[in-house]
Amino acid sequence: MKLFILLVVVVGIVAIAQLARVYELTARLRKTKEEDISYADNRLNAKLWLLFMVLFYAGFIALIVKYGDYLPVSASAHGEGVDKLMDFNMYIIIAVFFVVNTLLFVFASKYYYRKDRKAKFFPHDNRLELFWTIVPSIVLAVIIIFGLRTWNEMTGEAAPDALRVEVYAKQFDWTVRYPGDNNEFGLANYNLISTTNPLGIVTKEGIVESLEAIETELATLKADVENERGVLLREKAEIEEELHPSHGHGDGHEMSAERKAHLEARLHEVESALNSGNTTVLSEEAYEAKKDKISRLERHIQRIMEIEDFSYESNLRAWEAGTDDRIVKGEFHLPVRKEVEFIFRSRDVIHSAYMPHFRAQMNCVPGVPTRFKMIPTITTDSMRLVMNNPEFDYILLCNKVCGAAHFNMAIKIVIDTPEQYEAWLKEQAEYVAKEETAPAVEPEAAESVEVVVADSQTAIVE
Amino acid sequence: MAGHNHHHEESFISKYVFSQDHKMISKQFLLTAIVMGVVAVMLSIFFRLQLGWPGESFSILETFLGKWAPDGVLDRNAYLALVTIHGTIMVFFVLTGGLSGTFSNLLIPLQIGARDMASGFLNMLSYWFFLVSSVIMIFSLFVEGGAASGGWTVYPPLSALPQAMPGSGTGMTLWLISMVLFVASSLLGGLNYIVTIINLRTKGMKMTRLPLTIWAFLVTAILGVLSFPVLVSAVVLLLMDRSMGTAFYLSDIHIGGEALDVTGGSPILYQHLFWFLGHPEVYIVLLPALGISSEIISTNSRKPIFGYRAMIGSILAIGFLSFIVWGHHMFVTGMNPFIGSVFVFTTLLIAIPSAVKAFNYITTLWKGNIKFTPAMLFSVGLVSTFVTGGLTGIILADSALDVNVHDTYFVVAHFHIVMGMSAIFGMLAGVYHWYPKMYGRLMSTKLGYAHFWITLVCGYGVFFPMHFVGLAGAPRRYYDYSSFEFLDFVADFNPIISVFAIVGGIGQLFFLFNFFYSIFRGQKSDANPWKSNTLEWTTPVERIHGNWPNELPVVHRWAYDYSNPAYDEDFVPQIVPLKAGEEEH
Ligand code: HEM
Ligand SMILES: [Cu+2]
Ligand SMILES: [Cu+2]
Repeated sequence: MKLFILLVVVVGIVAIAQLARVYELTARLRKTKEEDISYADNRLNAKLWLLFMVLFYAGFIALIVKYGDYLPVSASAHGEGVDKLMDFNMYIIIAVFFVVNTLLFVFASKYYYRKDRKAKFFPHDNRLELFWTIVPSIVLAVIIIFGLRTWNEMTGEAAPDALRVEVYAKQFDWTVRYPGDNNEFGLANYNLISTTNPLGIVTKEGIVESLEAIETELATLKADVENERGVLLREKAEIEEELHPSHGHGDGHEMSAERKAHLEARLHEVESALNSGNTTVLSEEAYEAKKDKISRLERHIQRIMEIEDFSYESNLRAWEAGTDDRIVKGEFHLPVRKEVEFIFRSRDVIHSAYMPHFRAQMNCVPGVPTRFKMIPTITTDSMRLVMNNPEFDYILLCNKVCGAAHFNMAIKIVIDTPEQYEAWLKEQAEYVAKEETAPAVEPEAAESVEVVVADSQTAIVE
Repeated sequence: MAGHNHHHEESFISKYVFSQDHKMISKQFLLTAIVMGVVAVMLSIFFRLQLGWPGESFSILETFLGKWAPDGVLDRNAYLALVTIHGTIMVFFVLTGGLSGTFSNLLIPLQIGARDMASGFLNMLSYWFFLVSSVIMIFSLFVEGGAASGGWTVYPPLSALPQAMPGSGTGMTLWLISMVLFVASSLLGGLNYIVTIINLRTKGMKMTRLPLTIWAFLVTAILGVLSFPVLVSAVVLLLMDRSMGTAFYLSDIHIGGEALDVTGGSPILYQHLFWFLGHPEVYIVLLPALGISSEIISTNSRKPIFGYRAMIGSILAIGFLSFIVWGHHMFVTGMNPFIGSVFVFTTLLIAIPSAVKAFNYITTLWKGNIKFTPAMLFSVGLVSTFVTGGLTGIILADSALDVNVHDTYFVVAHFHIVMGMSAIFGMLAGVYHWYPKMYGRLMSTKLGYAHFWITLVCGYGVFFPMHFVGLAGAPRRYYDYSSFEFLDFVADFNPIISVFAIVGGIGQLFFLFNFFYSIFRGQKSDANPWKSNTLEWTTPVERIHGNWPNELPVVHRWAYDYSNPAYDEDFVPQIVPLKAGEEEH
């Protein structure tokens, strides 16, 4: 292939150089003017328009035949309406495509220049213009009405008893959360995100754990900064200068005893720190970076302290609602013919949850949860039969550029019968599972489904 | 400025470098745009190599890209950087700065009968801002971390957080700075165009006698002046989020193992601001091309443009509507479905004036006497791509359908055909047609033919199959399509598309050769080689400051009196007085 490309490049360049030479010579010989397009040239281009048209249409039709129906039937209820709408619009635009392009190419090829003819002087015709203003308007009105009807159907409120599932995006994978037996999601807060709490679910334990982790980090940082050798030495020098001014001005300002005691105490501290052997040596930038990080962590603590423990929407205390949530990665299951309302969130940048087989897509926007509802209609097993492909799987893939591995950010969707679904869901651990009651994850399931639980032994380390 | 007309000696610098003459500035824009275009095409060929033959090693990549293509395999981050800079250069530098800068500058004074732009100085500044921003954009390809990589729309938070990807570091900062300078250039240019068109028309040049090129440039300039400032706001807020600790676009973010210190903004706000420019921008790209092709199609069909007033009306309608449709880029951001419906409605309305334009073009060809100059071929090609690409816009405007194809290759096919191909065709048509006004010589017709047919076939060959790729669910901005079984079919398409892209890219050598060769060796042009009616063809072939050696021409009729039965010749220039009893059309 590479050779082929190289060949094309070389041949192309040589050909152009040759052509240019030939052109220069012939132009000299012919003594014709560039702007006088000869009869032969006009006719040639006229014929080329027709040839192009035929090839273009042939290519288009071949593509329609081979790839016209590439996605299988819609696996969601609203998707059937979408597909109908798509077909309807496609018929219209394909028809218009052929009609208008044909008119264009045929006119271009038919009316090429001949000396003895004069073009028809036809500057305007109000009836004609009205006609092609009104006809498109009517067609578009139909398209708009049909389109908005489908749109309203798919974007209406989800049924109150719909299954709610949270799809959570981050660079570069997906996490899915089910609300658990109480049918309510626990609150989540990005300030609590950690390796053991990937969604930042608000629980008492989570908060304590986060605060402890931050305090530990803060303590180390503070120790580093306070024991920075350069800083300590500078402070020591300053204190000594103040206590024993090198050029005694003696201008009468005696230091107060209080101040003096304070300085001496501090000097003692600084000296003992310097002698302790625990000092660090930091570059200017590293020192600043650490101080910066300290203030960030302090604000982080502040934000954690401000987390509300109450969800007005559901009237539940957060730390009760979240404990039974179930969190899965790698694949997630949904029951067939049950309405599901997705809630999409993102941790870092915008992603987009794209489920082409379900004709569904919604962006995942940090800070702004989004929703999309649908009713899956075909189980994975049935779809495998339809497709005649035992390997087939539904998929949710990222469709908003989000970084280097954007092209590889997907999660498998499995549509189950209700019984299969219930069985699968039971196997998924609750978020705060007591160690003794943690359900044993079956080895088979554990291979494909990574279950994240708060228990640090089984947690997935990112 | 207007009215004075003395020939003083000019130094090389004031004539070719810091020129204030609109014709020279136009050529400066054109040459810069050609260089930028060559870069953008090369970038697209680089990433098409990766798409066509994923993971294969191409030594040419290593030669050009060095560490971004270790062992000749394009790096994943570099792929995104190339796509981003390709798109940015094409949209802004080639088809906004380049297209408007070249032809508004060249044609506005010449076609309205003015000696120069209202302000030659602002005009010169506009070019220099453009050049500096071009240089910065190219330079950003070489900085540590690489160029901006978040797509040409640079959505935050991806673009706001250097932690999110290497391209969001220095490269992104340079991208933003370059865009601010670019907008400054556009505003200086645009204001100048508007003022010139309104104030400096020669005697008799009523608004209803303006060639459609000028109408298109006028509306384009107005769109730019009204929408680019909003882009600056978006960009400046983004710069502040990046470097001053604000959070206009940032909220609830945890990245790089740490909760972000600032919160409370909305990433969606950026999208509203960006697309408030972004949609008018596609018409800023397209309208000049439509104006140019109107002029060329009429001249070379030897027929009046059909429905002159309807053409003006549709340009105005498109211009107005383009400000109230931006939400169609945001149907899947979680926007309120009702607001989505409103945007569906306004967007589909645009199809009406667009349809009127298409039919008017076709009727202009009907019973014409068509001379296939290369400019004419490109203009007819433009009508085809405008129709073909415009039709798929109906799918994308329909929110219920857009959910399914948003951000897939279907969109890539759509905008490349309707905006990329159409506008490039318009620009090339303009170059072939007005080359004699720029260089006093003609380009080779035969080479022009080869250039056109290769470009048309390869353009459709590249972009038309992408519709099918997208309809089958292939997302855009993917480095590789082999990760998922259901996308395996993309491998059927990608090598073929890439071959078309490479051949089409090489085909542009016909143009480059023709262009530069003809500057020196092309056939000397007559004053009015295409037998055209408009005023620019009444100026002397030797270009002079002030355009007309003596009095300014006086206009007596519209620009489209071709094959008027009252005259023997098949054209009647605008300066020819009406015959006794003749009615103006
Ligand atoms: C040389 C011919 C061209 C080729 C082969 C080409 C090919 C491509 C391809 C394959 C993409 C990547 C699509 C994706 O992954 O999202 C792309 C992106 C793009 N191209 Fe082109 N293109 C060409 C010319 C143009 C022209 C004339 C324009 C002018 C409008 C243009 C504007 C864009 C834009 C705006 C993007 C989107 C960049 C992004 O995703 O941020 N291209 N092009
Ligand atoms: Cu993603
Ligand atoms: Cu738009």
